[in-house]
Amino acid sequence: MKDFIIPGDRDMGTPARDGAPVVLTIDGFEVTVPEGMSVMRAAAEAGLDIPKLCASDNLEAFGSCRLCVVEIEGRRGTPASCTTPVAAGMVVRTQSPKVQKIRRGVMELYISDHPLDCLTCAANGDCELQDMAGAVGLRDVRYAPGDNHFETRAEAGGEANPLYVPKDDSNPYFTYDPAKCIVCSRCVRACEEVQGTFALTIQGRGFDSRVSAGTPADDFLTSDCVSCGACVQACPTATLQEKSVIELGTPTRSVVTTCAYCGVGCSFKAELNGDQVVRMTPYKHGKANRGHSCVKGRFAYGYASHKDRILNPMIRDKITDPWREVSWDEALGFAASRLRGLQETYGQRSIGVITSSRCTNEETFLVQKLARAVFGNNNTDTCARVCHSPTGYGLGQTFGTSAGTQDFDSVEHTDVVIVIGANPTDGHPVFASRLKKRLRAGAKLIVIDPRRIDLVRSAHVEAAHHLPLRPGTNVAVVTALAHVIVTEGLMDEAYIRERCDWDEFQDYAAFVSDPRHAPEATEMLTGVPAEELRAAARLFATGGNGAIYYGLGVTEHSQGSTTVMSIANLAMLTGNVGRKGVGVNPLRGQNNVQGSCDMGSFPHELPGYRHVKGAEVRDVFRQAWGVEIDPEPGLRINNMLDAAVDGTFKGLYCQGEDILQSDPDTKHVAAGLAAMECVIVHDLFLNETANYAHVFLPGSTFLEKDGTFTNAERRINRVRRVMAPRNGFADWEVTQHLANAMGAGWTYTHPAQIMAEIAATTPSFAGVSYELLEEKGSVQWPCNAANPEGTPLMHVDGFVRGKGRFIVTEYVATDEKTGPRFPLLLTTGRILSQYNVGAQTRRTGNTVWHAEDLLEIHPHDAENRGIGDGDWVRLASRSGETTLRATVTDRVSPGVVYTTFHHPETQANVITTDYSDWATNCPEYKVTAVQVAPSNGPSDWQENYSQMADRARRILPAAE
Amino acid sequence: MSPDKMVRMANQIATFFETQPGADGAEKVAAHINDFWDPRMRQQLLDHAATGGGGLSPLVRAAIAHIHAPAA
Repeated sequence: MKDFIIPGDRDMGTPARDGAPVVLTIDGFEVTVPEGMSVMRAAAEAGLDIPKLCASDNLEAFGSCRLCVVEIEGRRGTPASCTTPVAAGMVVRTQSPKVQKIRRGVMELYISDHPLDCLTCAANGDCELQDMAGAVGLRDVRYAPGDNHFETRAEAGGEANPLYVPKDDSNPYFTYDPAKCIVCSRCVRACEEVQGTFALTIQGRGFDSRVSAGTPADDFLTSDCVSCGACVQACPTATLQEKSVIELGTPTRSVVTTCAYCGVGCSFKAELNGDQVVRMTPYKHGKANRGHSCVKGRFAYGYASHKDRILNPMIRDKITDPWREVSWDEALGFAASRLRGLQETYGQRSIGVITSSRCTNEETFLVQKLARAVFGNNNTDTCARVCHSPTGYGLGQTFGTSAGTQDFDSVEHTDVVIVIGANPTDGHPVFASRLKKRLRAGAKLIVIDPRRIDLVRSAHVEAAHHLPLRPGTNVAVVTALAHVIVTEGLMDEAYIRERCDWDEFQDYAAFVSDPRHAPEATEMLTGVPAEELRAAARLFATGGNGAIYYGLGVTEHSQGSTTVMSIANLAMLTGNVGRKGVGVNPLRGQNNVQGSCDMGSFPHELPGYRHVKGAEVRDVFRQAWGVEIDPEPGLRINNMLDAAVDGTFKGLYCQGEDILQSDPDTKHVAAGLAAMECVIVHDLFLNETANYAHVFLPGSTFLEKDGTFTNAERRINRVRRVMAPRNGFADWEVTQHLANAMGAGWTYTHPAQIMAEIAATTPSFAGVSYELLEEKGSVQWPCNAANPEGTPLMHVDGFVRGKGRFIVTEYVATDEKTGPRFPLLLTTGRILSQYNVGAQTRRTGNTVWHAEDLLEIHPHDAENRGIGDGDWVRLASRSGETTLRATVTDRVSPGVVYTTFHHPETQANVITTDYSDWATNCPEYKVTAVQVAPSNGPSDWQENYSQMADRARRILPAAE
Repeated sequence: MSPDKMVRMANQIATFFETQPGADGAEKVAAHINDFWDPRMRQQLLDHAATGGGGLSPLVRAAIAHIHAPAA
């Protein structure tokens, strides 16, 4: 659909270009534009819009509609302005009797095969065909009725129209109505160029041309379509139309905000009528997504109005009691007196908080402030503990900052990409589309992953090397890559001498050169063929700009931090940090993982990654907050649970995280929660953790509050309130009320004031303000006096810590070992349509793609066990067991099985262990020794848990 | 936490620093534990070491002297 116009959001017709300035004349106006730009865009830059149908500025010019023809002095005929590049001295006429007549003729032909039901059409007022008919002055259609694609002819009692194809409404979010299609190919090109899926095609020729998803036997749902919405966005008519627009009408206002799903942090326009969201469309000027989206951000926002949302505070004395709805005052008073009582009985350090990577920076800042300034301890942690805490530690040790080095635009300058322990097409789809675009332009790809993820081979993308390592052997593989580079003399010595500590490099070089790190020596251990690994190492070292992107397959191991360091070593070794197209790029799981870490959520660090042991930094906050800051590190999430079982940790305020489902070794988590005397869950839904809670404080969605998120590229983006909180308060207000119930006396009236406090206390945010974000759209930290407009690339003139530090990375096998009882290795991950524990996406139409967690198992392992595709299987580890259905596939290697953790009925984390990263206690989700056997029903755990959960979710009717 | 788990966590830290160049491994292990372990965890480790330190690796044992006892 065409964009709803907010200033500066016009469609310029063809993509922008960089080039030397060229001067030409259009309709008598002199225009200066870059070389290589189309005449169409040059005219648009001068404010002269040329009529068009098949052109859009996020797609390369196609030249099929012939509506944009112009006259150019000295050239024959009437060239299409979209496909004609500008030239110096060119004289263009966009409006002449000749081109006007041609355009009317073209429009007349289009309209002769288009229904004239504009007033009842879902795109009425939002249709480019309608607009262009007006713009060219179409007044008449002279063609007699004949063959067409839009009449059914069934109502008239005549013979059915063989050319009519009925509407396809198989996709939960949009419809495809071939009757309205003008075959401009914008959808097909968007699927190819923007999304990179190639699900759509034009079938047939001439008058028979039709848009087709997959083969003729497919509909949109069964095709390869990933429902990213790019085709719907591109469609100029109602052919591809959001069902929400069909139902609710065209939106009348729009607000730019930031997606609350993954760490890509796409900018969206929330398009509304009043306070009702009609649709979310990707914002063209969003610097993370550049106008693209995925199925989650584009369509899966319905959870915000789902009937399961809890809108009133609730309390109960014991977790075996039913919930009682109460007033906010009563709930907050109950929570505050319980927490203070626990501190009086069990000590100041007996309670703590968990901040959320799904909430805003401002909300996270307040939650950690609650622990530090009101509880008087450092017992604050965040869900980043269980995903990217090793990134913080590893990159901090080697480079000096706990963040990725690049912006997402950087991928457009990359020549060789390593993707390790990440599955971007599922986990970070919009980044994946940008990566695939670069790969199609010729960049090379190395995938290091136990599974054959989609990037290894999919439409028009194929990895040069796939290293299918055995789970748990990351360090051995990356060190072997470094071995090849050092022993074959492929390192960038000049870079290392200039930017890194040379003595430490000597130690490192001696270490990796040892023959025990050669790929031939590690092959038996890692399962990666030595020759393939050598070839990959040579490609990365010699292939030009090398960038490394990684995810939780790196961090969630006993050696997570060591692997992060080994990746940093590899980047330094090849001179790949400090410019465009290179770098070390952690792909963050949740929208605000980066921000929650920046905001001092970790128990050892105040905001800005400054250790609590530092007297100077404590003094900054003592002055700002008027309280002494505890100099001792607090408890990490897993330590809190251990301490709870020991009886020394008694109370928890958990905002926007479901630790029972998402954290490893569910039984241990449950035991920890059950041992606490006051668990406060602050969430949208009665999540699994709430089954163990005494206080439930209803939360607000990202649509209902102001704030900021910081994405994986350190970009601080605004979140804007588009509707009032259905629960009555934004989350930052709820935290403030709780703090004040405990005597804090906070008086924030807007999140901008919280950001001002962050800027005043945290050097890397010193220049950040809501005014700056309004002006710039977004900024990347560090943003301060030295970098007033933020920092797209880190370590440009040298590493933040001074000299880059090489660290020896010895491989150490995890304690989690396979054996006769548990011979297979389980690794876990996520899928495109679902997000994390699924609390949001399970409450949307996305369930059509993934209604349950499935166990991927190799045909060899399945055959041995008598397991067929779709069979129920029992999955057991030393920690526990569950049942789910099997998918037999060679995406996983023999000996490896894989599943997702999106559904509480499966509880994949009943299986995972409480082993963790040596440095950060990040859990080892990615390696669990398991056995798989045929099954015919749920495990005892599943049955007991399900009964317990039903009991724990009872709510008494509110007292009158 | 269970003594086994505490011993495993401490030994894991020592295993990393054992591989690092230099003779200050014990100080580095202690520094890591001082930076990241909450007082009750450090106290439990010190108590365990004081009663024989069963299961602790030699480097952890060497680090014990450098681990800060929490203020009472």
